Amino acid sequence: METLVQNLIASGAFGRNASPDMVATIVVFVMSAVVFLGVAFPFAGIVSWAERRVWARIQSRVGPNRVGPQGFLQWLADGVKHVCKEDIIPDESDAPLFKMAPYLVMLAFTLPWAVMPFSSSLILADLNVGILYMTSVTALTVVGVLMAGWASNDKWSLIGGIRSAAQIVSYEIPAGLSIFPVVLMTGTLSMQGIIRAQGWAPQHWFLFANPFTFVAANILYISALAEGNRTPFDLPEAESELVAGFATEYSGMRYLFFFMAEWGNLFIIGAIIATLFLGGWQFPHVTKNVVAMNILEAVTFNVKVLILVFVSMWIRATLPRVRIDQLMTLCWKYFVPISFVDMIGTAVWVAIWPDGNAAMGYIMFAGALALAAVFIQRVIYYLRRSRMEVYFNPTI
Amino acid sequence: MSTLHTEEMTLNMGPQHPSTHGVLRFVVRADGEVMREAIPDVGYLHRSIEKIAEKVGYHGFMPYTDRVDYVCAMFTNQGWGMACEKLAGIEVPRRGEYCRVIAAEFNRIASHLLSVGAMAMDIGAVTPFTHAIREREMINDLIEELCGARLTFNYMRIGGVAWDLPPGWREKALAYLDHFDPILEEYNALISWNKIYIERLANVGAITPAEAINYNLVGPNLRACGIKWDIRKDIPYSAYPDFEFEVPIGDGHWGKLGDSMDRYVVRIREMAESSKILRQALAKIPGGPVLAKVARNFKPPAGECQIRLESGRGDMGWYVVSDGTGYPWRVHVRTGSFAAMGIIQKLSAGLMIADLVTLIASLDVIAPEIDR
Repeated sequence: METLVQNLIASGAFGRNASPDMVATIVVFVMSAVVFLGVAFPFAGIVSWAERRVWARIQSRVGPNRVGPQGFLQWLADGVKHVCKEDIIPDESDAPLFKMAPYLVMLAFTLPWAVMPFSSSLILADLNVGILYMTSVTALTVVGVLMAGWASNDKWSLIGGIRSAAQIVSYEIPAGLSIFPVVLMTGTLSMQGIIRAQGWAPQHWFLFANPFTFVAANILYISALAEGNRTPFDLPEAESELVAGFATEYSGMRYLFFFMAEWGNLFIIGAIIATLFLGGWQFPHVTKNVVAMNILEAVTFNVKVLILVFVSMWIRATLPRVRIDQLMTLCWKYFVPISFVDMIGTAVWVAIWPDGNAAMGYIMFAGALALAAVFIQRVIYYLRRSRMEVYFNPTI
Repeated sequence: MSTLHTEEMTLNMGPQHPSTHGVLRFVVRADGEVMREAIPDVGYLHRSIEKIAEKVGYHGFMPYTDRVDYVCAMFTNQGWGMACEKLAGIEVPRRGEYCRVIAAEFNRIASHLLSVGAMAMDIGAVTPFTHAIREREMINDLIEELCGARLTFNYMRIGGVAWDLPPGWREKALAYLDHFDPILEEYNALISWNKIYIERLANVGAITPAEAINYNLVGPNLRACGIKWDIRKDIPYSAYPDFEFEVPIGDGHWGKLGDSMDRYVVRIREMAESSKILRQALAKIPGGPVLAKVARNFKPPAGECQIRLESGRGDMGWYVVSDGTGYPWRVHVRTGSFAAMGIIQKLSAGLMIADLVTLIASLDVIAPEIDR
């Protein structure tokens, strides 16, 4: 950042006497605008299209394929449609809160992008409390959702809002506890620091560092799905039970805001997991060119995140929804104790092997490969048994 | 807990609600997520079909019977046909009876597919529904070839069926059954034995055998409680005595006897049994006419009759009173969904709101059949 500001001042683009503070502020503003407008919002839209296509494939349908190539511009058409719709605010609702709620949810979705580590230098602010910041600002969603549910003055919305509050607050705990093993091993909360402590090869990822981190990664992913209101934890907006949950009374752009935040949160969920456990942007040093290296790193990071986004779509298309008591049981009776065991286990592990155990990484990676092989073998078995026709071409 | 004072909330669920399978309405008294009571309110889909029968005559009423239960219209067709035949003492040709069985069993599979698919949808899984509907579409294609319609079939007539099987249809039907049996296994692997799914269904809305009889439950809902009562076996009609098939009953394997999972599994197993019946019927179908000679101006002798048949939703009764004219004096249909609706109020106490959706889906309540 400082070198960038120095270079900009030296280039004379801001005049001779430009103060470093002013230039730094402008750079941050421009970069934020580029990230929010150029990455975050279109990403949320594109994910909505991608999710519909992925679902369609899983459900043996075609999905949106009319607007643009392969229906790629469907999200723009949907956005325009929602902007054109009437913004209905119920008479009996608490209008100021009702109007404000979607913006809060949007805020909770945009703030984490500030610490999104796209590559070794593509990061808006490498806060020294990066991961803590990320978990705290994403928890702001619950305020917006609860506000929406309460202000709508609709019983279904209220149940949705309360469910959401209970769910997000509960799952914050295992999610937070699952971050600790990584923090224990690296001794830093900074996103870049955590990524730098890992290597590009899978056996150097924290996912395979020891059995405890592997469990922690899984718990974190499931808890993040629960916090993002994704199936099997989509109770706050359970369509078949609560009509549309907290969003029942919303229409037009405000309604879209909730769902943009939901789709965009997929990227954030993926980014947290990729950063903490999957080596983030780590890529082997193939070139000395910094720009090329950064591009390769950004591609690596995005591929990892998109794979996780795809997995969450896949889960959503496959699993049924749990009931609220089962949701709470899962969190308080299983995830919270297991997370504590994980944390203590990692602490003991770090005490025994302060620099990590290299052999364990290879063993766990081999185990993961074996699991993947068993999974693929099962899929092939079921496909053979049901004698289904399988189409591998994704562009139909 | 008892010292904590909580306020009850009255929720209005329906008639416009995504999971009420048509226009049903429940008044739910809930304490937070837990229901105290869900009071069903019927009558939103009442179309006076029974009264229409008194105005359109015997032959003319056949298309209206489709609308009694549009998910399994073959059975309502057959019920009306059987009632009129019994009144007038008409013998249906053997081939006609076989055609009826084939059409009806295909319709039973289609109806159960919709039921189990919609149930998965109500639990929150979206994929099984589209897979079930895909298979149902193929059955609809077959039936369309048979009678020209996909939903309201109007296939049967008093004295038999309207059309014989088209050329090449038998082979197509057999090919479909060969495709369907593995698909059923795939469907089970996809959703039926899913851990979350079983957790959601097991122990929810368990009905004891005595309750089931007291509340007049019929069909899969009754059999799920462990009572082996199937009209096709116990009061045989049409060509059913010719076929070998099992009557699946619930055994409480996943939770209590007669819970939602039992009702679900009974439907899945019934589809496999229907497939068996269809294979036998397609193999043994005799030649000959499909429609008995019935006067165009059909005037059964004065009297009354009651017939029973096993529809997709269970024991369906048709009661017809004739006064010797061309119009029935009174028609009454006894349907399974109406009885199933009655037990929801009793079962709902203490369940979660999410379980009410499970309960409605597992009882396979079809709105038009409740109100007629």
